[in-house]
Amino acid sequence: MLSFIFRRILAMIPTLFLASIVAFVIIQLPPGDFATSYMANLAAMGDTVSQDTLENLREAYGLDQPVMIQYYKWITGIIFRGDYGLSFEHREPVSSLIWDRIWLTMWLSLVSVLLTWIIAFPIGIYSAVKQYSAGDYIFTLIGFIGVSVPAFLVALVLMYLQFKYLGQTTSGLFSDEYISAAWSWARVKDLLAHLWLPALILGLSGTAELIRILRANLLDELRRPYVITARAKGLPEWKAILKYPVRLALNPFVSTLGWILPGLISGSIILSQVMNLPTTGPLLLRSLQSQDMYLAGSMILVLSVATVLGTFVSDILLALLDPRIRYQ
Amino acid sequence: MTSVDPQLAETLEPLSAPEVEAKVFVAPQWKLVWWKFRKHKMALICGVIIILIYLIALFADFLAPFDPSATNSNFLYAPPQALHLKDAQGNPGWYVYGLTSTVDPVALRREFVQDTTVDIPLKFFVKSWPYKFLGIKSDLHLFGPQDPTQSIYLLGADRLGRDLLSRMIMGTRISMSIGLVGVLLSLILGIFLGGISGYYGGALDQFIQRMIDFLRSIPSIPLWMGLAAAMPLSWSPETVYFAITIILSLIGWTSLARVVRGRFLSLREEDFVTAARLEGASNQRIIFYHMLPAFTSHIIASVTLAIPSMILSETSLSFLGLGLREPVVSWGVLLQDAQDIRSIATAPWLLIPALAVVVSVLALNFLGDGLRDAADPYAR
Amino acid sequence: MENQTPLLEIKGLKTYFFLDEGIVKAVEGADITVPRKSTVGIVGESGCGKTVTAYSILQLIERPGRIESGQILWRRAPENGPEEVIDLATLKPNSRAMRQIRGGEIAMIFQEPLTSLSPVHTVGDQITEAIRLHRPVSAAEAREQAIQMLHRVGIPKPEQRIDTYPFQLSGGMRQRAMIALSLSCHPKLLIADEPTTALDVTTQAQILELMLELQNDFDMSILLITHNLGVVAETCDRVAVMYLGEVVEQADTASLFNEPKHPYTQALMRSIPILGQRNRGRLDPIKGMVPDPYNRPKGCAFHPRCTQRIAGLCDQKSPLLQTLPGSDRAVRCWLYGE
Repeated sequence: MLSFIFRRILAMIPTLFLASIVAFVIIQLPPGDFATSYMANLAAMGDTVSQDTLENLREAYGLDQPVMIQYYKWITGIIFRGDYGLSFEHREPVSSLIWDRIWLTMWLSLVSVLLTWIIAFPIGIYSAVKQYSAGDYIFTLIGFIGVSVPAFLVALVLMYLQFKYLGQTTSGLFSDEYISAAWSWARVKDLLAHLWLPALILGLSGTAELIRILRANLLDELRRPYVITARAKGLPEWKAILKYPVRLALNPFVSTLGWILPGLISGSIILSQVMNLPTTGPLLLRSLQSQDMYLAGSMILVLSVATVLGTFVSDILLALLDPRIRYQ
Repeated sequence: MTSVDPQLAETLEPLSAPEVEAKVFVAPQWKLVWWKFRKHKMALICGVIIILIYLIALFADFLAPFDPSATNSNFLYAPPQALHLKDAQGNPGWYVYGLTSTVDPVALRREFVQDTTVDIPLKFFVKSWPYKFLGIKSDLHLFGPQDPTQSIYLLGADRLGRDLLSRMIMGTRISMSIGLVGVLLSLILGIFLGGISGYYGGALDQFIQRMIDFLRSIPSIPLWMGLAAAMPLSWSPETVYFAITIILSLIGWTSLARVVRGRFLSLREEDFVTAARLEGASNQRIIFYHMLPAFTSHIIASVTLAIPSMILSETSLSFLGLGLREPVVSWGVLLQDAQDIRSIATAPWLLIPALAVVVSVLALNFLGDGLRDAADPYAR
Repeated sequence: MENQTPLLEIKGLKTYFFLDEGIVKAVEGADITVPRKSTVGIVGESGCGKTVTAYSILQLIERPGRIESGQILWRRAPENGPEEVIDLATLKPNSRAMRQIRGGEIAMIFQEPLTSLSPVHTVGDQITEAIRLHRPVSAAEAREQAIQMLHRVGIPKPEQRIDTYPFQLSGGMRQRAMIALSLSCHPKLLIADEPTTALDVTTQAQILELMLELQNDFDMSILLITHNLGVVAETCDRVAVMYLGEVVEQADTASLFNEPKHPYTQALMRSIPILGQRNRGRLDPIKGMVPDPYNRPKGCAFHPRCTQRIAGLCDQKSPLLQTLPGSDRAVRCWLYGE
């Protein structure tokens, strides 16, 4: 198992490296270097900046040097000092801006994954075991709709209905009194109370897809001879199904973390914009609109790294679940 | 053991199939696929819906009663008007009531009231705004008010008083075509790279697979957003359109490549491919003459399933304001107006374009699902 | 005094599958008797209904299939007390009574040991589960019994092997583990569905030998399903030959091989090579093809391929399984009787 984890970590390194390159390229894409953009930005706001400061910036980020060295300075700054560069819109280090929002994004995604599992698991089993029943057809139809309707549209419709029939508009992830409060148990509870609906909306398409996958896999597994062995042993039907085929059909479930996570993070960005959630979404969008590239690039980097780590965790879980992978 | 090894199963295998099934055995593959697909009623219906939607896209100018970019400051956020089939005198036909607007002095908001004394008659084949279709200039439209200077809003108006119905019809063109073009690009990339990967295997396969893994592990929206945001504002709408399709297919090709590779891997082991190779057929001939026809049906199914995600991606990007921009009209661009609860509360009809997105995506998904089931007519 | 009543008697069993395309009469009249402490073989080509017959005994037939009619009489003889007769065909598939019999009194092993064992549970887990289902023992005791059982079926180092996964064992070891699993509760009848087909020839012989050994130890009967007449000749006391869902002949092994009665059995015997008999030249396969399962031939199921058919009789009326006078063999053929 240890060697499996070790191999997976090794395999992760090139991916992380590539992700950093992509983020760096995005930072570099807009014309002009960072220092000139910074200066132009300040000038636009009626501020000036001394030539010295500008030179210091140029030197610190190696802006006058070849691209390779700029990348080197940028990435080592992140790895060794946690220095993600400056946001010129906020005139603050990027790291002080993003972490709160990144944590909230992760929370949202995590709760969403959990909800996805909790909902998809029983429905998927039901649909497979009762294949072609009325319930199966209904869930299949709902599943199709779930896959076809993007989360932000669902959120818009729900918000409209809430406004029309309840006369209220809720948004955000905290009640007013907790918005800027320090982390405490009460704040976490408040967060969870606000989080479940966005998480549910966000998980909708993932849930639908997961039901489809679980159903298909379970249908395959239900036909395997070991199910008959389990029945021939004298196990009650529910136990024969839950212990054996469901257990095997669980594999895609765990590995979903890997492919569901990028989708969730993507979805959360738009959803947060619509529902006004203080996650990375709105900040990323604004930074991209104002071409605040260090901020945007850093967020893209951190989100990609988080996704890669999520995939890693799901691989480990999968190996724990399936000895065939563990001992390969 | 005694000396007995009866391969009974083999000695007793059926020698030929019953006559009734002979038809099935000689039918070409496309016929088998069609027979199987025909059984999927839902997919069949959705196929018809998709054809209709693409026809709307093709004849959008003819179908849109009003110029989609014509603004009207008297009818900002005018609500949808219902049709009725008799006027005040009881003459049959189809009419909408006139709208009178008043400005609420307290809220300073424009309010619309239906004026049931005014009937605006509609008719088929009216002459109204001019357009060019296939190089032919025309001003003929399927329907519209008899008096082309009148404004009617069957699905309401947006913040500039533009007709939402006409805009939605015109948006069909961009939204549905961006799916096709994007998928076409993805397909070329996917078949090329997936084919190489599956046919040659080895280190090349490994490399392409890692590429795919990597691209799939990055959250796509932030990546697209980053790339889209880097597009200079000075680009023309056409350039932006193509840039967006390229950005979208950058990730879209990966899933198609996987399908192609998977099929290649399994087909490579098939006897008919070995037979072709033993006969000395070139790689090119084996791939294009023997293998491709064997999985075109799978590719068509995968493509059908890839289009909806393209449509959704374009909608999402444009919705965020990072994709297509005015004056281009797509469903995503239209939904930009419905960004927050305030605008939806004032004008809920702005959400109607979402319905178009959902219907087309749903129909494409059902269609693709049916095609996928039918794609392998030999499987039971 | 030995109990002379048969352990299991299948009478007129019919198991049908109700498909969209029509009804498949997978078993259309199976009559098989399994005496105590004996080995009975069911032979026939693939699709003749032998596996469905076996699954019917344990009510393992899944929708859209079901037992249509017939009796499966199971004689259970408790240590002290009168003999009980249970008609398994009338039990509900997942009833408590049926589940007690499954694994506890009648166990089953299958063709492909790798797929018949769960790949994600250890061998020990799957065996102890069976033990604890049928016996009031603790987990530790069950594990101890499982190790003993693994030892008994000839798996070396059972204390270690008990914690391995099936895919870590060789094919022969897997089938041994499967046998250990099925015999862990000392059943009175072991149904073996092509237990050696997936194994190589040397392992086949070892597994068959092991099964016969264990049969002696445990005083049980074996119902062996196979298409391999060689295996039948070597292991079985009695044989039932099936064709298209019907038992066409039943006899003790020696008589059946020496003097096959039914034309189908005779044809089977002619179609197998015999070592040392080189002068026969070509093998003699059975002419014609197996009929479509949806359209069974009228009359005797075998008549279209039969070389001795009686026109006007075999293609009109279906013969019944008749016991031949003065013997314990039975044939379903118009050539004998009436």
